[in-house]
This record gives sequence, C-alpha cells and structure tokens, in this order.
Amino acid sequence: MNKGAAADSWMVGDVTLASRFLLGTAGYPSPQVLADAIAASGAQIVTVGLKRQLAAAGDNSFVEIIRAAMATHGARLLPNTAGCTTAREAVQLAHMARELYDTPWIKLEVVGDEYTLQPDPVELVEAARQLARDGFTVFPYCTDDLVTCKRLLDAGCPLLMPWGAPIGSGQGLVNPFALRLLRERLPDVPLIIDAGIGAPSHAAQAMEMGYDAVLLNSAVSQASDPVRMAGAFRQAIEAGRTAYRAGVMAKQDFAVATTPVTGNPFLIN
Amino acid sequence: MKSFDKSTSAPVEASAKGVTIQLDDQPKHVPAGTTLAELVAALGHAPQAVSTAVNGAFVARTARDRVLAEGDTVLLFQPIVGG
Repeated sequence: MNKGAAADSWMVGDVTLASRFLLGTAGYPSPQVLADAIAASGAQIVTVGLKRQLAAAGDNSFVEIIRAAMATHGARLLPNTAGCTTAREAVQLAHMARELYDTPWIKLEVVGDEYTLQPDPVELVEAARQLARDGFTVFPYCTDDLVTCKRLLDAGCPLLMPWGAPIGSGQGLVNPFALRLLRERLPDVPLIIDAGIGAPSHAAQAMEMGYDAVLLNSAVSQASDPVRMAGAFRQAIEAGRTAYRAGVMAKQDFAVATTPVTGNPFLIN
Repeated sequence: MKSFDKSTSAPVEASAKGVTIQLDDQPKHVPAGTTLAELVAALGHAPQAVSTAVNGAFVARTARDRVLAEGDTVLLFQPIVGG
C-alpha cells in the first residue's frame, strides 16, 4: 500500500480502516472460494448472519475459515439481522449476534416488503435507537430517503448504509440523484452503499460520488470466478475513490475543444 | 443442584412428570428442572456455539441456568454466512 492509500483511511467509531470494500459471505461455491475471495478483496469488514438451529448439532467451522482469511489483513466480522421484520425481532437477534460473534457491530436489517426487501423505516429507526442505547455500533441498511437517514443518525447510528438497488438485484445505483443528495446533505457522515451493486463499474460510480465504502455480496459470489471478481471490485473501489479525491471534472452541455486552435501552423480553406 | 427461577418455574404437577417445551417449533419433553444450559449441552452444542432465546427473548449465555417451564418456546441460533 502506498502512502496516499494509507493516509486515506476512514473510521467506524474508533476503528481505522484502510479498505473501503465490505464483503458478504453468502452464496459462494465452496468455503475455500469464499476464503480466497476474502483474501483477494482486501476487505476489512466481512458480513455474516445467524440462523435458527434446526439440525441436531451445530457446526460453526465456517466462521473459523472466515476468521483465518480475514486475519491476513486485520478484518472484522459484521453480523446482520437478516430476516427480521420488526424492531423487536431485530433487537433480540442483534443481542444474540453480539454474544455469538463477540462484537458490538451489527448490520441492522428490518425488512418492510417481501418483494423488494425494502427496509421498514419506522421499525428500523426504533431498532436503531434501542441498539444504540444498548451499546451497539449500528450499521443500518436503509433506503436513500434523506429524512429517514437523519432519523437514524438521531437514533445513534454512527454511519448509514443506503441501498443502491434492491438486495441481490445487481442493478447498480438506480437513484443517483437521491444518493448524491445524501452525500451533499450529510458531508461528515460515513456513507456506505449497501445492496444492488452488480458490476465493478457500479462500485466505482458510488466511490466517485464520494461514498466512503461499498458493501456487496452477490456480485462476487455469483460471478463465474468469484476470486477474480473480488479482485476486480477491489480495484474498482480503489479507482473510484482515487478519482473522487482527484476531482472528477464537471459535466458540460456542449463540446469544449481539447486541442488549442490558436497558433495552428496550417491554414485550411 | 438445580435451582428454580420463580418467574419461570413450572407448575408442580408438570414438574413431577417433566415438562414439554417447543424446541425450534417441535414439541420436546425434558425432565423437570432442566435448565437451558443443560438443554444446550444435551443437544450436543458447546455453550459458545449457539445463542439462545426463550419465548422470543434473548437469554445470555450467563443466564442459561434458567429452568425451562411447561410451554416455553426455545430457539437456538448459530452462525451462518450472510450478506
């Protein structure tokens, strides 16, 4: 890592992070491919879940595989509350996750619509308030609605994770206007695009807009070569971030000549 | 020695015969006085391998000395991959 990259770290609470890539762990062809993808991604935050134990005996060996892959670059686990539809469910599951994974970080998901998996803003804010009060560092998966985002900050969330598009859809940033507005109105809040990313170009677009990080899963796990795709996203996120810092040129409505025309040695009639 | 939590202890008649709980949506008969910790162990789980909830509320590992009562709904959660 060069000096510029090191200086471009960001923070979650008092934790300093160099990578701006958050990677999900679901849907990989094998545990080894998952481990290799984590390593290739350089991600320092890796999401995991909880499920109800239905079999007679448990097996959490995959967690050890993930932890080993993460250890190479100091990554942390971020458990989620996937599947919850009420604040109460989410709060209970978050407490279980904190105990099981030994972390106060929680990716808060409270879904309000089964078809789109769109977050329920009312339940989400209520759950965030309770969890922040209980000492959690809440990563809320939310929509790009500015007012809901403000309420989540008021509830004690240190950052926001608006969707780019519905989970797993791979559509990219379907509402760039709202996402730009969020960035503009909340300049000091860490903003992470979560969900809907399908291609590295989508991630680069988010980073060029000034988003602090990108969280994705399916775009890597469902690729023909997940490990290679993890590397592609890593490069795209770094490129987008570098472009943002370099200052992307303003769009123009008309052509602006690139080559100087004065002093042209040729006269063409 | 088993100790009963007053708030969760089973009725006397149920205790004499054991109690029936709902474990992951299935009825399960356990000896009277069985604690949550004992149930977890009997199912073959190391204490730190699962998280537990009784009647929809999280029960911390340190509070699994709670005695299961007739009709309690017990859920166990384990790590899984996730996005």
